[in-house]
Amino acid sequence: MGAGHAHPLHLATASPVHRLAPEVKIAAVLLFTIIVVVTPREKFWAFGGYALLLAVVAVVARVPALWLAKRATIELPFVLLAIALPFAGRGERIDWFGLSLSVDGLHGAWNIFAKGTLGVLASLLLAASTTMRDLILGLDRLRCPTVFTQIATFMLRYLDVLADDARRMRIARLSRGYDPRFLWQVKAFAVSVGALFLRAYERGERVYLAMVSRGYAGRLPQPESGRAPAGQWLAASALPVATAGIALAALWG
Amino acid sequence: METTAMHIANGIVDGPVSAVFAVLAVAALAVCVRKARNDLDERLAPMAGLVAAFIFAVQMLNFQVLPGVSGHLLGGTLAVILVGPWVGAICVSTVLIVQCLLFADGGLTAIGLNITNMALLGTAAGYLLVAGLLRVLPRNAKGLAVTAFIASVVSVVVASQGFVLEYALGGTTDLSLPWVSGTMAGVHVLIGIGEGLIAATTVATVARVRPDLVYALRHFRKPAVVEQEVTA
Repeated sequence: MGAGHAHPLHLATASPVHRLAPEVKIAAVLLFTIIVVVTPREKFWAFGGYALLLAVVAVVARVPALWLAKRATIELPFVLLAIALPFAGRGERIDWFGLSLSVDGLHGAWNIFAKGTLGVLASLLLAASTTMRDLILGLDRLRCPTVFTQIATFMLRYLDVLADDARRMRIARLSRGYDPRFLWQVKAFAVSVGALFLRAYERGERVYLAMVSRGYAGRLPQPESGRAPAGQWLAASALPVATAGIALAALWG
Repeated sequence: METTAMHIANGIVDGPVSAVFAVLAVAALAVCVRKARNDLDERLAPMAGLVAAFIFAVQMLNFQVLPGVSGHLLGGTLAVILVGPWVGAICVSTVLIVQCLLFADGGLTAIGLNITNMALLGTAAGYLLVAGLLRVLPRNAKGLAVTAFIASVVSVVVASQGFVLEYALGGTTDLSLPWVSGTMAGVHVLIGIGEGLIAATTVATVARVRPDLVYALRHFRKPAVVEQEVTA
């Protein structure tokens, strides 16, 4: 488990955002996202304001813009959907360089593009500044049901172990001269998925027995409940409060 | 392109409908947790955690379908057959929540929609089909493989139609619904066939080696005839 404590999107730098308690960050990102989603799509400049807020957070968190941009490509399928909307949408149409576009579709495309991108960027900033363990701890302190935090803890702890299992099986297969790579060779791939399940399940049984022999009775010891100081809540609330301010100004303006 | 989002992002479906589905997802998951405890009692956390890690790891294994086109398993039906609907739904939901928080895959406000489609609708459809098919098909590795294939295809398509329903209720753009429905179904039949082939072979492998681990075989078996040793 040497490398099991970070995750691919974590950016290990020291910044004020990294030092915030995880629960305040999760709450801030959730509120931010909700406000963004309920903002009417016609309030164009509000979304510019939101983007500016995220840019400020990114600067404070020392997350490079290029890093963010690269990882935001996860959103691409939805951008493709957004591009299709003006052509497929119904209702009133306008002509633009000889293309007949639906006004509603254009608005919809903008809606998906703006809200989707802002959501992905906010999630990326959260992931970049929070380790896996902290994230679970944050969910736990936000009163997420312990069943889920426990399952998630086990999942994340053993994910790397299983991924390594899979890698070893693949190397074993390669070193025996077989490299399935096309659909008609799918059997070898699926058989190793089956083997992976068996290994995972049997490992789960062993882990459970090991826990029972150490006194586990259905509950994990609660992590020391060092609550986030009020100052951190205050600092993190700057994001949703500013967001709400922009949203209200846009609604009344 | 390594990873592309398969999950609904923010802003596709409007706020109120997203909120309704979030409430629905929470309620349904509470039921799943209660039922899953019947299957696993205090083993629930470690076992479901490992199965969720398995689903996550399997999703990271890409398989080349055609040169340049690679696919990976979604794992919902696989989980249903191997560990049952309740644990399966919890595992898939956990994977979705972590993907949303750690990998920015799927919008935070759309989490209820994603859980409803993939973890609830998908597994429910898969489970009903598995339960139904195993009444007629032989309960051995081959029968299970056929079941897994059919259930995978249908459950993936049903999950995609869940999106169509949500879009009909709270879509942010007025699109012709038959078009959305047809496109989603078409794409997902293809995904489902790939999913089904891999799931079928996988469960057949497990059923041959450790049939006692396969939930579907354990729970839909006719009452086993206990062979009594005649000790005279």
